Amino acid sequence: MSDTYRIRDQRTRVADAQPVAWRVTLVVDPIQCDGHGVCAELFPERVTMDRWGYPIIDNDDIPLALLDHARRAVTACPRLALHLMEGRG
Amino acid sequence: MRTPLASSSSAPAQSPRFPRLLSSLHSPDSVVDLEAHVAHWGALRLHSATSVLDQLDESGLRGHGGAWFPVGTKWRAVEMQRSRRPVVVANGAEGEPMSLKDQFLLTQMPHLVLDGASLAAAALNADRVVIYLPKRHADSVGRAVRERRSYGIDPVVIEVITAPDAFLSGQESAVVRALNEGLALPNFVGVQSVRERGVRNRPTLVQNVETLAHVAMISRYGGRWFRSIGTPDSPGTMLLTISGRWAEPLVVEAPLGVSFRDLLNLTSPDGYWAALLGGYGGGWVPMARLLDSDLTEESARRLNSSLGAGVIAFLPRTHCPLVESARVVRYMQEQAAGQCGPCVFGLAELASHLESLAFDPASLRGRLPPILETCDLMDGRGACRHPDGVTRFVRSALSVFTDEAKLHCRRGPCALVGAPRFFPCPSPQDHGR
Repeated sequence: MSDTYRIRDQRTRVADAQPVAWRVTLVVDPIQCDGHGVCAELFPERVTMDRWGYPIIDNDDIPLALLDHARRAVTACPRLALHLMEGRG
Repeated sequence: MRTPLASSSSAPAQSPRFPRLLSSLHSPDSVVDLEAHVAHWGALRLHSATSVLDQLDESGLRGHGGAWFPVGTKWRAVEMQRSRRPVVVANGAEGEPMSLKDQFLLTQMPHLVLDGASLAAAALNADRVVIYLPKRHADSVGRAVRERRSYGIDPVVIEVITAPDAFLSGQESAVVRALNEGLALPNFVGVQSVRERGVRNRPTLVQNVETLAHVAMISRYGGRWFRSIGTPDSPGTMLLTISGRWAEPLVVEAPLGVSFRDLLNLTSPDGYWAALLGGYGGGWVPMARLLDSDLTEESARRLNSSLGAGVIAFLPRTHCPLVESARVVRYMQEQAAGQCGPCVFGLAELASHLESLAFDPASLRGRLPPILETCDLMDGRGACRHPDGVTRFVRSALSVFTDEAKLHCRRGPCALVGAPRFFPCPSPQDHGR
């Protein structure tokens, strides 16, 4: 399995179906975020801190192998400011 | 009294070539009342949703509030949300202090804007229409709305709701939040846009008032007529607020695609430091480069700016460009919502760096402050685009006024430091100008 999830779009006929790249990325709600820093501790693969103490989120998609780490960071955020966003391509 | 609806069954025989919006004005400050409006443009006719959306797509009309987003695409995104009936908001908040064109439309030709709002309501099957505008225009627009109601022109009762006088009150998510919570501050819409969940969680179209005025004309003369002026990506005409060129700021209608040289009728650019294109969230452009460009969004992007809400300001050499830039950045810092960490800390740093450079360069000991490093930390990190606009402004100021910045560092503040303010930076109390 590569770093992108491949699903089949069920609205097209199976014969026409093309694999569709499905991206999962991490986003922070900057209004909710208070800079607790838990995300950078739990998920350094995609989150670093700026010099003011706020997270800088890497916009690259999250490979399957890292998804559990990402989910843990999302759940642990004391402000519930971290979200996983799914989307095509 | 004649019934406006009956006075003319269709649009006037001749579709205006140029000017368009301004063709109904008899004099620069005349007010187009309902009778004059119907006599000039013909009565409002509500078309089927598909015909309006197709005309919009064909017109290529973009949003004139600053984002330049394709209007047909936006309306279709709202129309697709069939779960609940949408809300239409005509946005006339115009927080940018340099811009006067929305105020011009609301006070002098409100009926064209209201026609556009009603067309949107009919096309999207909306059951709520709001005109969101500064308090000082609420009475006159309210009168126009009541007059239309007495003739039964609009399919939905139009509400007039006032916007606070602040830079961000017209930002799309702030408009929705103002209508929901009475607090005109941006919201985080990273996961879901207001087109899906806006006012009272309903699909919401927030559209600038000038854009709606163009819609009113497109519904009468068609999408092909609209794009007979301009370029494929910048079709039609637009209202501009031009400052610094004449004694007073002036609202003009310009055909898109015209060369800045022809538009401005400016033979010698020597009296100006540079032009600020796109307002306080736009960018400084050297005069020579501006005059060699065309009035299109494509050209504006090539100049590292944007047409934004149509603000162009020429800074005369009687003012210090660093002082004026510092004042604008301080104003933008004061006007920030203060909700997002990187914007709060970044803007405070930028404002103080620029003030040092402008007023107290001795404190810098000959070195430029790390302005660009701060900019790099701010891009894309707010809930809205406020920080991104400021970093674009600041980067352009440093690149266009490099020599002046070095001179300030070496020799201290220039002789122009005492000149009166050029850019309006209204404080919260007198933001109502």
